[in-house]
Amino acid sequence: MNFLPYVVAAYLLVIGLYGMVTSRNLIHMVVCLSVVQSSTYVVLLSIGYRLDATAPIFVDIPVGTRAVDPIVQALTLTDVVIGVTVSALLLALAVQVHKRSGTLDPNGLSSLKG
Amino acid sequence: MEELAALGVAVPLVTAALVSGAAVFLPRRIIEFVSIAAAAVTSACCLLLLAEASEAPLVYWFGGWVPRSGLAVGIAFVVDPMGAALAAFAGALVTAALVFSWRFFDAIGALYHSLMLVFLAGIVGLCFSGDLFNMFVFLGVLSVAAFALTGYKIEEAGPLQGAMNFALTNSIGAFLLLWGIALLYGRTGALNLAQMGESLGTRPDALVMAAFALVVAGFFIKAAIVPFHFWLADAYATAPLPVCILLGGVVSELGLYGVARVYWTVFEGPLSSVASELRTILLVAAATTAVVGAVMSFAQHHLQRMLAFSVIAHAGLFLVGLATLTPAGLSGAAVYMLADGLVKASLFMCVGILQHRLGGVDEYHLRGRGRRFVATAALFVVGALALAGLPPFGTYVGKALIEEEAKLLGLAWVTPLFVLVSALTGGALLRAAGRVFVGWGPPIEHADEVSQAEGEEQEAETVAGRERTPAVMFVPALLLGAAAFAVPFVPGLLAGSEAAAEAFTDRTAYVEEVLAGEFRRIPAAPAHAGPKSEELVPGFLSVAGALGLAAFTLGSNRLPSRWRRAIWNSAGRIVVGLRNLHSGHPGDYVAWLTFGVALLGGAFGVALR
Amino acid sequence: MSSSARSTVFFIGAAGLAVFLLWGLTGLPDFGNFRGDYGLLLNRVGVEQTSATNIVAAVTFDYRGFDTMAEEFILFAAVLGTALLLRAQREEEEEPAEDMAQDRRPPHDSDAVRELCLGLVAPAVLFGLYVVAHGHLSPGGGFQGGVVLATAPLLMYLAGEFAGLRTLSPRTVVELAEGTGAASYVGVGLVGLGTSVSFMKNFLPLGRAGDLLSSGTILILNFAVGLAVAAGFVLLLTEFLEQTLEVRRRSRA
Repeated sequence: MNFLPYVVAAYLLVIGLYGMVTSRNLIHMVVCLSVVQSSTYVVLLSIGYRLDATAPIFVDIPVGTRAVDPIVQALTLTDVVIGVTVSALLLALAVQVHKRSGTLDPNGLSSLKG
Repeated sequence: MEELAALGVAVPLVTAALVSGAAVFLPRRIIEFVSIAAAAVTSACCLLLLAEASEAPLVYWFGGWVPRSGLAVGIAFVVDPMGAALAAFAGALVTAALVFSWRFFDAIGALYHSLMLVFLAGIVGLCFSGDLFNMFVFLGVLSVAAFALTGYKIEEAGPLQGAMNFALTNSIGAFLLLWGIALLYGRTGALNLAQMGESLGTRPDALVMAAFALVVAGFFIKAAIVPFHFWLADAYATAPLPVCILLGGVVSELGLYGVARVYWTVFEGPLSSVASELRTILLVAAATTAVVGAVMSFAQHHLQRMLAFSVIAHAGLFLVGLATLTPAGLSGAAVYMLADGLVKASLFMCVGILQHRLGGVDEYHLRGRGRRFVATAALFVVGALALAGLPPFGTYVGKALIEEEAKLLGLAWVTPLFVLVSALTGGALLRAAGRVFVGWGPPIEHADEVSQAEGEEQEAETVAGRERTPAVMFVPALLLGAAAFAVPFVPGLLAGSEAAAEAFTDRTAYVEEVLAGEFRRIPAAPAHAGPKSEELVPGFLSVAGALGLAAFTLGSNRLPSRWRRAIWNSAGRIVVGLRNLHSGHPGDYVAWLTFGVALLGGAFGVALR
Repeated sequence: MSSSARSTVFFIGAAGLAVFLLWGLTGLPDFGNFRGDYGLLLNRVGVEQTSATNIVAAVTFDYRGFDTMAEEFILFAAVLGTALLLRAQREEEEEPAEDMAQDRRPPHDSDAVRELCLGLVAPAVLFGLYVVAHGHLSPGGGFQGGVVLATAPLLMYLAGEFAGLRTLSPRTVVELAEGTGAASYVGVGLVGLGTSVSFMKNFLPLGRAGDLLSSGTILILNFAVGLAVAAGFVLLLTEFLEQTLEVRRRSRA
């Protein structure tokens, strides 16, 4: 079971990419991108995890108690913000694409061939 | 002095925030003036830093968190001459682009200016950063600003789809980079580049190779190396021209800078044992990119898309220089990137002038309509020749330096590759110039060659003032072109580039400077004699090739139809097949992206054996 | 490419990607046994050096505060970008949402939803401020609190008061707030630069760990970020809602 979190992370990456490749709807594609992103959360947090350790919040526990790695938590926080903002931008693009082309199906968007 | 590094990022960011917050109260003139001033100040800071860093690199720890007994606690900016030069170059391009869009660009409130300044801040941060996660974040800053700026023209479907493809593929690239960072953090427990390099040891293993493949893939997506390049043509073909000036001039260079920086600080220790395999893999990628980009560029008739593919082709050539994994190759690539970036920016500006005066950027649509624009035509032709590597332009010098280094390494095929690629990209532009400014060439080619992509009337990006070419558009274009010419003649530039490359590739010195605070002076390289005179032959050969190809295609309707059919059956089919691959479908792009990452990972894995 | 060609290319790629990823992942230390000197060091000295008991906040806003500033501007750029992309175009106009089917009686707004949502607005604001203010003490902070604050206008929309939402948070004020939040983050950094030659230095008195008013600039930065995030999300919200509710193609007469 030691390796399972990493397998889950790799699986999320691949399945997210699969979703993007076979998608027939731009909004679905954006959500699949968030799945790809969530694979980075899982891998980061799994790396920093320590067994029998608590959160690195030393309000009511003494400094020096075994705690998980705070760096990956900060990295994941940053990652979440980046992901949300990029999703917002992509969804705005999708809204406008729909208005312009009348469809959200990537197969129907062809003004950039060649 | 090091504080200027912080200002290089803080000035554009705070200006962007203030300008957008107060946009309602400020008249457009003030917004434009303040933005140009902020960009100019940032460039000036970077130039000062360049001067200072040429003697010894500067290290600046944010928040005052200096390393504790060799362990990096905070985030550092490490300003070395290469990084400072790239940042200063980007600053100059942003200033030029903002000047170019003065008054006439259809800017929406202060949104355009704020986003341009944020873009600049992201570039400066990426160039200076000495921490891998910090590089990732600044890459995100510049990417998000670029996504928004690319989709600027929301009235047409093309820009929106281009921005969509751009955002989807580049975000995946960022996440792949983050995966690599996670793996490296898991192994080394550090995010600082110097620290990571110290902790990785000297032998590569599965994790190191996988992390390297992921990091390189992430940056290659940004640099648009095949097969990660599909998004670039879509995005650059549809972005507004002032934005293209930046995208075409500096973004690919940033991707390659990222690869070089990470390799020389983090991975050089473990990977030097597989350096020759690594070199082969990178050279294959580079050559493929260069050829695909050049062929596609020649097959375009939408000027922006043509330039976009030439950006891809030349990114392949830059990568050849970097792939030699030597300081001399790096130096040649740096000079080439500088001159080429200036020329590209100038060419994009010329296209912008055409768009402004004539309302279109399609070669066929504009055929013959550019007859009156003598100055722009001259600049365009000179730019095209420079792109083909006309001596003594900086582009020629950079290419020659790379070719020399390649010959030293026994890679005889590099020179012919450079000649071919430059001839194709230069030839495409010369053909376009002949058609647009003089009216040569058949009116419209075979119906089956015309792509569905461009060609329609483009919505104008500019308002008013169409009777004359405004000085704010022509002068920056002229200055950039002149700068590309002047690059080899700037005293100390070539020698400085060599010295900078030596410093860039010296990992031990880097670690000492960053973690222990011990600075070594960068030894001044002896005056550089420039490329050997035998390099003039391939230089002129590529220019002749460009002129020949242009003349050939312009005069193709005078050829006997048997010849035309023969050419069509052989080369034409490949070109059409290649064009069909560039379908504009994001699913295709992601599929190729996955394939490319797997290919890189597999290649690096094999190199390990 | 045809759909099957695309899938083939993808499956080859995905297989290769999965293989080399898993192979690389085996090089990681065992799950749960991460050594990580950087994290261990900060866990040990963080409280003493920054007076913040939430070490993640200390990392985010002090040790690696510069990263957070850049991330803040990613949010800023994305919000500006969304405003840019969803702007009303020449052929569209914004008209107040009006009833399209005036001859039919609209479904009655659920009183329960309305009362609940309006009742939750004040607690949401209060809770958001609480999360922002206590970021350095317990889990939370500017980003999390900012998002909670931004749910207050969303609740108003859910209660059926979109017009009220627009009057309470006019575009200019929200844009000003966003710009101010982002600018003040950089401003704190610049003050640090001015007072001690170190951008982003924690220059305020640190106070006692565990107090509300402690940890120096971390508290201020939490508020700056909270302001920028809340304003940013409100902007995003109103942009999208306007698109769906109000923007209509100009009717061709």
